[in-house]
Amino acid sequence: MKSAMMPQPYRVTARREETADTVTLDLAPLAAPLPPYAPGQFTMVYAFGVGEVPISISGGENGVITHTVRSVGAVTRAVCAARVGDTLGLRGPFGAGWGVPAPFGADLVLVAGGIGLAPLRPVLDHALRERDRYRHVLLLIGARTPGDLLYSSDHAAWARAGADVRVTVDRADRSWTGRVGLVTALFDELWLDPGRTTAYVCGPELMMRFTADALRARGIPEPAIRVSLERNMRCGVGWCGHCQLGPLLLCRDGPVVGYDHAAPLLTVKEL
Amino acid sequence: MAALLTSLDSLVAALRADRRQVIGPTVRDGAIVLAELDSARQLPYGWGVRVAPGGYRLRERADRAAFGHSAGPQSWKAYLHPPRTELWSTRRGESPAEPDEPPPRYAFLGVRPCDLRAIGVLDRVLGQGKYPSVRYAARRAATFIVAVNCTEPGEACFCVSAGGGPKAAAGYDLVLTELIGADTVRYVVEAGSEKGERLLSTLDTYPADAATAEASAAVDAAAGRMGRALPPGDLRALIAEKRDAAHWDDVASRCLSCANCTMVCPTCFCTTVEDTTDLTGEVAGRWQRWDSCFDPDFSYLHGGAVRTSTRSRYRQWLSHKVGTWHDQFGEAGCVGCGRCVAWCPVGIDLTAELAALASEETAS
Repeated sequence: MKSAMMPQPYRVTARREETADTVTLDLAPLAAPLPPYAPGQFTMVYAFGVGEVPISISGGENGVITHTVRSVGAVTRAVCAARVGDTLGLRGPFGAGWGVPAPFGADLVLVAGGIGLAPLRPVLDHALRERDRYRHVLLLIGARTPGDLLYSSDHAAWARAGADVRVTVDRADRSWTGRVGLVTALFDELWLDPGRTTAYVCGPELMMRFTADALRARGIPEPAIRVSLERNMRCGVGWCGHCQLGPLLLCRDGPVVGYDHAAPLLTVKEL
Repeated sequence: MAALLTSLDSLVAALRADRRQVIGPTVRDGAIVLAELDSARQLPYGWGVRVAPGGYRLRERADRAAFGHSAGPQSWKAYLHPPRTELWSTRRGESPAEPDEPPPRYAFLGVRPCDLRAIGVLDRVLGQGKYPSVRYAARRAATFIVAVNCTEPGEACFCVSAGGGPKAAAGYDLVLTELIGADTVRYVVEAGSEKGERLLSTLDTYPADAATAEASAAVDAAAGRMGRALPPGDLRALIAEKRDAAHWDDVASRCLSCANCTMVCPTCFCTTVEDTTDLTGEVAGRWQRWDSCFDPDFSYLHGGAVRTSTRSRYRQWLSHKVGTWHDQFGEAGCVGCGRCVAWCPVGIDLTAELAALASEETAS
């Protein structure tokens, strides 16, 4: 039996610079592909000699895995610097995903803060592929500045494919003609059907808390609010103990959990 | 069927003849440590220990008992889940390869019931999850366990209140009970597995007869001599309720965040990984080594650590041991061996801290 700690070689087949510090890589298997992923799952990405980081899967079909990676440390810097033709190691897919598909006729509300759009991308792709399955597909995107918006060239295509895409930034620049403010302010423009809505939320922890509060205030039950949490991960397979958040091992019980589980944990300082 | 041994020489010799590396207690550096034994003569005959919060001293016993001591500074996890292991190595552009070595053929001699439970706890974390560790499982499967029922609980021991007891329950190949006479020691031995039966059948033994009852009585008596006890009640609920208790600050004012408790704990399994490259930069390796939730880097996320205060790190450790371990693995992570009490340099005693938490009024 092969150890869960052994990375599989993947070659970078495409590289797109999303923002000043964020890159999207398409990765194709050089040997056996990893098992199929569910939206919301992650892989452990290994950069030769530097280390390994957990990265949510942002898409990919037929064995290809797409990762959108923000450069914030030594390993993510090395991953972002990978060029087409370079090799990275992947393990996974690990963890509990978003739980799509949602029931027929549901309203989907995707709320993304910054890089948080990356793990939501497979949910959006699924919803647009099966657009007839759902009633409303809402995508609310928040970013610090217009320059921090991910996949911005795709936004118009998503809208054409049937998503209601609304974007806001914390700080505008001279080119920006859209909304300015927090992503939670977008709820003031909307009417949500509490009985039919499933929300998928990913972003900084504070943004997710405020978003969940706004959703709860509109009657959405906590289990229907799904959040993707982040803690230090060293192994991805439940051996290393780093990703504990109270009772949860986030690599195994998460990263996506219902807000009914997350709410009592996120308000405890330094848990 | 129980049998009687008048010495352990033949047992150790038989295990060694079975090409096993016999690991057992021996006296070294002023402590009873675990080490490879060439013969039963290296067992700590006649040595006991005096244990207190933050204290551990050898003492001479009046008899020749080999197992008349409570837990020492090491536990068996050092052999089953070594402090540093190579996961794999690779050359640039090639697929990584795992070290190709057969698991060691260990025989653990003198596994106390608390430590036997701890091995079971590690099995469920590392060997039986969704992604079992192949290396751990291989080491574990290749290990022969000679347990020893406990007739000598120490001042820091509290296995009974931790849900165990001085009698080994399951998971051993052989189990011994030491019968301590004025100047002799005898051992009642029973098999717990087919492997154990086979080995036992090769030894010259005497009928156990009345010694069996004597052994049971000695073990039963030990249950009443625990030096400490966990506070009664549902600790899992207590710890969840007391996340904001003021007492965590009190512990933090004493705790050095040194990680000793996690190193000596027989169930603390946390690890980190280290990446290495050689001087050419063409060969890279990955190592797993023990880590501790007391290290500020343990909870590091980009931007900083989640648990910056000692208060939060001690709370994480204790909450995990007696509380959230249940959520994660279906049981407690504490077996009551008392090591963390003895080896804490400032003598923090988790039984006392839990009692203090239990008595603190919840502010609401």
